[in-house]
Amino acid sequence: MKILKLISGLSIGVLILLMSILLFLDKIDLATVKMLMLIGTVLWFVSTPFWMKEEKN
Amino acid sequence: MAENQSASVNINDNAGGEFERIPVPNSKLKGWKSFLGMYAGEHAAGTEFMIGPLFLAAGASLKDLIFGLFIGNILAILTWRYLVAPIAVSSKLTLYYQLEKIAGKHLVKVYNVVNGVLFCFLAGAMITVSASAVGVPFDVSFSVPENIFGLSSAAFSMIVIIVGIVMTVVAAAGYDAVSKFANIAAPWMIVVFVACGLSALSQMEVDSWESLLTDWDNGVSVIQSANGKVDFGFWKIVIFSWLCNAAMHFGMSDLTIMRFAKDSRAGWGPSVGMFLGHYMAWICASFMLAAQIKLTGDISANPGALAWSVVGWTGIICVIVAGWTTANPTIYRAGLAFQSLFPPKTKAYSGVVLAGLVATVAGIFPTLSGKLLDFVGLYGTILGPMGGVIFVNHYFAKKMSFTQDYADKKGAVFNVAVLLAWLLPVALGLYFIFAKDLFPAYAVIPCWIASSMLYVIIMKLQKS
Repeated sequence: MKILKLISGLSIGVLILLMSILLFLDKIDLATVKMLMLIGTVLWFVSTPFWMKEEKN
Repeated sequence: MAENQSASVNINDNAGGEFERIPVPNSKLKGWKSFLGMYAGEHAAGTEFMIGPLFLAAGASLKDLIFGLFIGNILAILTWRYLVAPIAVSSKLTLYYQLEKIAGKHLVKVYNVVNGVLFCFLAGAMITVSASAVGVPFDVSFSVPENIFGLSSAAFSMIVIIVGIVMTVVAAAGYDAVSKFANIAAPWMIVVFVACGLSALSQMEVDSWESLLTDWDNGVSVIQSANGKVDFGFWKIVIFSWLCNAAMHFGMSDLTIMRFAKDSRAGWGPSVGMFLGHYMAWICASFMLAAQIKLTGDISANPGALAWSVVGWTGIICVIVAGWTTANPTIYRAGLAFQSLFPPKTKAYSGVVLAGLVATVAGIFPTLSGKLLDFVGLYGTILGPMGGVIFVNHYFAKKMSFTQDYADKKGAVFNVAVLLAWLLPVALGLYFIFAKDLFPAYAVIPCWIASSMLYVIIMKLQKS
């Protein structure tokens, strides 16, 4: 579960949030950011249901 | 708006189940911090993609928006804390049962249906928002006609119908699954809102506060040169952000949630959610329109296209998910309200199907979503005053010597005093809104106060 939580955290923390900050700071281009955000989105929805369900139980 | 109600699904499941007609037992009460978490994702929903850009489209200045939303949100949180929470903790009853004790079960049915119809229009706006995103990959544009019953393109109307049917079927068959999905999506959605804002700022090449102000003001000028000068000043923003959830706080709808609270501190629960959804998300969403105007000159507030331009497919998915997870519980709850109209042997999903049908028809007319700032004020004006009746019933019945929980004590099924106290101020409020062009949010508090006073006066006059 810890690994899944880590993946979830990294997916939105790094691939979405950090990338958008880097985009704002002009350190990365928009096309790359859009692709990384999509990967982050997929990872979030693949990993999160497992640990969230476990926590609820 | 308090839109993504799925975040509160655990408590609401109980609300509709074992504690529907009895006070919540002490063993089931929750500490105030539970409410912080529960509300965290509740106010970041599909409506935010629509409302944020509408501030810019309405001509609000950025400074007014930042400070006005701040104060309005604080006022809304204080209203939850000092108006709703004390009554919820004291009575521990759902809004509907509390109302039934005062108004009688037949009048509560009327209130329920009115609530259901308004829910349908809200869900309709969410269907429009989701359809705007679905249309982007198919190059189907979304425009808001001037006429309130005007249609967008035939292709867009068709997408609305398909999205509406899917949402209705899911609401009727798989409400729980979408609620769970909404809980999973909530943190992601909040981060995507931030990403949308940052990406929009990047597209505008903002490098200072001054350059942001310049781009914003240019955006307002472009819109006003096309649509004519409109005014959405500081106090209008304050009142709107305070009262856009008036049905939930002034209208006491959140009694149903906060009755699970151990103490009144649960009233602070919406604070995090409000500042995420009705502050950060609105401002970020408004930046998307400012960026679009700067890059293309296009002033249309199309949530799907706006999100697509700043974060690509993630934005499309976010708008669809945000709209869907908002519309789903809304259609479901409207369906429950409508179900009471059907004979007892009717299939359990009939109400939901009816609600989905009404919401889909409403969604076909995009002006509804384009008038969301007005609609949520109207929503509060119509439903809020019932909260005033609950307020005076709770605090003043004994002090002013009229019967507390009148219908319950007297065995009445239709308390005319409540009907008059509700309808007269609301009718007056609607007259000023539609005939005198009053901004709907301005009518909420006068109607609430008038209903409260009227109920006391009528109860005293009829010596109840």
